[in-house]
Amino acid sequence: MHISAEELKKNAQLILSEIKDKSLSNKERTAIPLQEMPAQDPKIRINNMEEVAQGYSREQALVESRRCLQCASAPCVEGCPVQINIPGFIKAIEEENFEKSIGVIKEASLLPSICGRVCPQESQCQEKCTVGKIFKDPNKSVSIGRLERFVADWEASEAKRSIPEIKPSTGKKVAVIGSGPAGITAAADIAKEGHEVVVFEAFHKPGGVMIYGIPEFRLPKKIVEDEIETLKKMNVTIKQNFLVGRSRTLKDLLEKDGFSAVFIGTGAGLPKFMGIEGENLVGVFSANEYLTRSNLMKAYKKDTAATPIYPSKKVMVFGGGNVAMDAARTAIRLGAEEVSIVYRRTEAEMPARIEEVAHAKEEGIKFRLLENASKIIGDEKGRVKAVELVTFELGEPDASGRRRPVQVKGSEHVVEADTVIVAIGNESNPLIKQTTQELEVNKYGNIIVDENCKTSMDRVYAGGDIVLGAATVILAMGEGRKAAAAINKLL
Amino acid sequence: MNKILLKKQLSDDVFMMKIEAPHIAEERKPGQFVILQLDTDFGERIPLTIADADPKEGSVTIIYQAVGNTTHRLSTLNVGDKIQNLLGPLGQPTHIKNFGSVVCVGGGIGVAPLHPIAKALKQAGNHVTVIIGARNKDLIILEEEMKAIADELIICTDDGSKGRKDLVTAPLKELCEKNPKPDLAVAIGPPVMMKFASLTTKPYGVHTVVSLNTIMVDGTGMCGGCRVTVGGETRFVCVDGPEFDGHLVDFDNMMLRLGSYKAKEEEDHHKCHLDLQIEQLQKNS
Repeated sequence: MHISAEELKKNAQLILSEIKDKSLSNKERTAIPLQEMPAQDPKIRINNMEEVAQGYSREQALVESRRCLQCASAPCVEGCPVQINIPGFIKAIEEENFEKSIGVIKEASLLPSICGRVCPQESQCQEKCTVGKIFKDPNKSVSIGRLERFVADWEASEAKRSIPEIKPSTGKKVAVIGSGPAGITAAADIAKEGHEVVVFEAFHKPGGVMIYGIPEFRLPKKIVEDEIETLKKMNVTIKQNFLVGRSRTLKDLLEKDGFSAVFIGTGAGLPKFMGIEGENLVGVFSANEYLTRSNLMKAYKKDTAATPIYPSKKVMVFGGGNVAMDAARTAIRLGAEEVSIVYRRTEAEMPARIEEVAHAKEEGIKFRLLENASKIIGDEKGRVKAVELVTFELGEPDASGRRRPVQVKGSEHVVEADTVIVAIGNESNPLIKQTTQELEVNKYGNIIVDENCKTSMDRVYAGGDIVLGAATVILAMGEGRKAAAAINKLL
Repeated sequence: MNKILLKKQLSDDVFMMKIEAPHIAEERKPGQFVILQLDTDFGERIPLTIADADPKEGSVTIIYQAVGNTTHRLSTLNVGDKIQNLLGPLGQPTHIKNFGSVVCVGGGIGVAPLHPIAKALKQAGNHVTVIIGARNKDLIILEEEMKAIADELIICTDDGSKGRKDLVTAPLKELCEKNPKPDLAVAIGPPVMMKFASLTTKPYGVHTVVSLNTIMVDGTGMCGGCRVTVGGETRFVCVDGPEFDGHLVDFDNMMLRLGSYKAKEEEDHHKCHLDLQIEQLQKNS
């Protein structure tokens, strides 16, 4: 049942009138009902690209903030990759001092409006939350991410965004390769110290995965553009259409172009495919390609965008992460009649954010669990017409601790589909390594770094997906931060 | 933003443009390409091979046929106009060394990317035979430029309006039958030409390099849209290519994939022709 934002606000108002000026005991705090995130009605939103989650009203934020027990041990902070003072910023919300609240977050995180939207809180801060532990259900934890988003959006709407203070110029120049979450964070922290920063971006628009990968309905591009604007106001230069490794080698940046240090944050690389028959048929896409066409190239605006997107009726998406959800939900918005997510484990093992899985279900996406493709079948024109699936069951736990899916013998069955989207992760991008022999990488092609994000080359640091493999925005941000601190120390 | 410095119409729908791009001109090597986009918000990104570059002037030359949405629009731009986004150079450069004798086969617009490769091979000391193929004499491009570097130049047209009335594969076969046979063949042109050129040289064991121009979005190793099957394995044209062993490329699959958006392309093509005609009529009136 869909509950409108209006109704949620009204309910919160009622609760608030009872508890607002009371000093609350822990028992009373845990009795306050969890505030649901207002969302666009699924029936409506599958026909538009606008943001699904609409954000808390002031009333909801004030109610939700009172669910926090202000634990002295603050286990939530441990769960945060950048150690935001979570009880601190929530306390400030309770006191209705939103300016103080956003200030507390910004001590540790540069991109709260983005992280509040895309962080997998249920496996980070909210996993450790005492309230969730009391209910023995992490889904009942304090909604830390929603509160973070609330104060970040408040700041944006009040036009209170401040430009961080920049120290006097040091005359030193640092190159940042890639303008995704790792690059943006590193650039900001290095610029604050007074160093000149040039960010090199291969695409025609900066923002990395937040622009080409994550769809508008989950992360409005305006938010990312605002972050980039702030960066520019901090005197950071962004050079688009510049592919380090090809447009200029990394060594030339250091040896000929006068950069004192380089941070590599080039992100995801070549998409992984399943290695099955029929994967190069017409109608098989990597999620990277499908999402880039829609998000960066705006192919969803069919009348204005020059970039085409495949016209699909029956879509099958392979994978269980956020990218798989994004691809499936994009396909349904583009007019597909039937979209399924095929995942070879069960929902419990899905790495996607719980909220994305729930949203996908509400939007009518089918979940085919414990199934995987064994073959993609084409018609006489080489276009996808069906997929042969096999069924799995869960066996013993594997190295990742998740129970290993085992194929059921003789379970092959054929299901009709005209589009296949593969969302099973990425290899690393080979380009910088190809053109920089000295740079050490592991067997997956990820750059090897020490605890300060320093690579095997002097003055060269790296962070984000190019180091971690496929990770999250917040982890990339954390690494950008760490590398920036090391670069600032070096200079 | 990259300024157009020079524009020349080479045939009915083939154009040459020199574009200001100092850093691409400086880094570019034969065999590499650029990605061009006319409009940051709604334009598409298309790969175009670099036909030539002048590092002193800071310019690159592209030669293109107005066949799709972007190439049509590009053909309406003039000297002084700017191209919003130009990324490059991309792809692995051609492996240039002294192989001995090399035959370079160019079909239609493929002669453009072939020219810098033939030139570099000649400079590396190879004996270079160039075969140019086109439907008719009006569609032959870069004849003079090729003549200037080739030890031998053979022209074929489908209708016999110039040179031999033959497909490029006929003289290619003759060269392969000679003793000694060529040490290397480089074939660039429409996929079907590259397919048959590769099939021609295969029985003679003449190693054949082809340059593939597939659908791309980013061109930097992220989207995987450009993938082709080479020797049974999936390879990416943007980072592993654009050049591959022609004897191993699955051309049939590549041609099918090139047709992924055929319906929309045909619609665009039709619309673009109409737009251009209207524009022309308005100019004349």
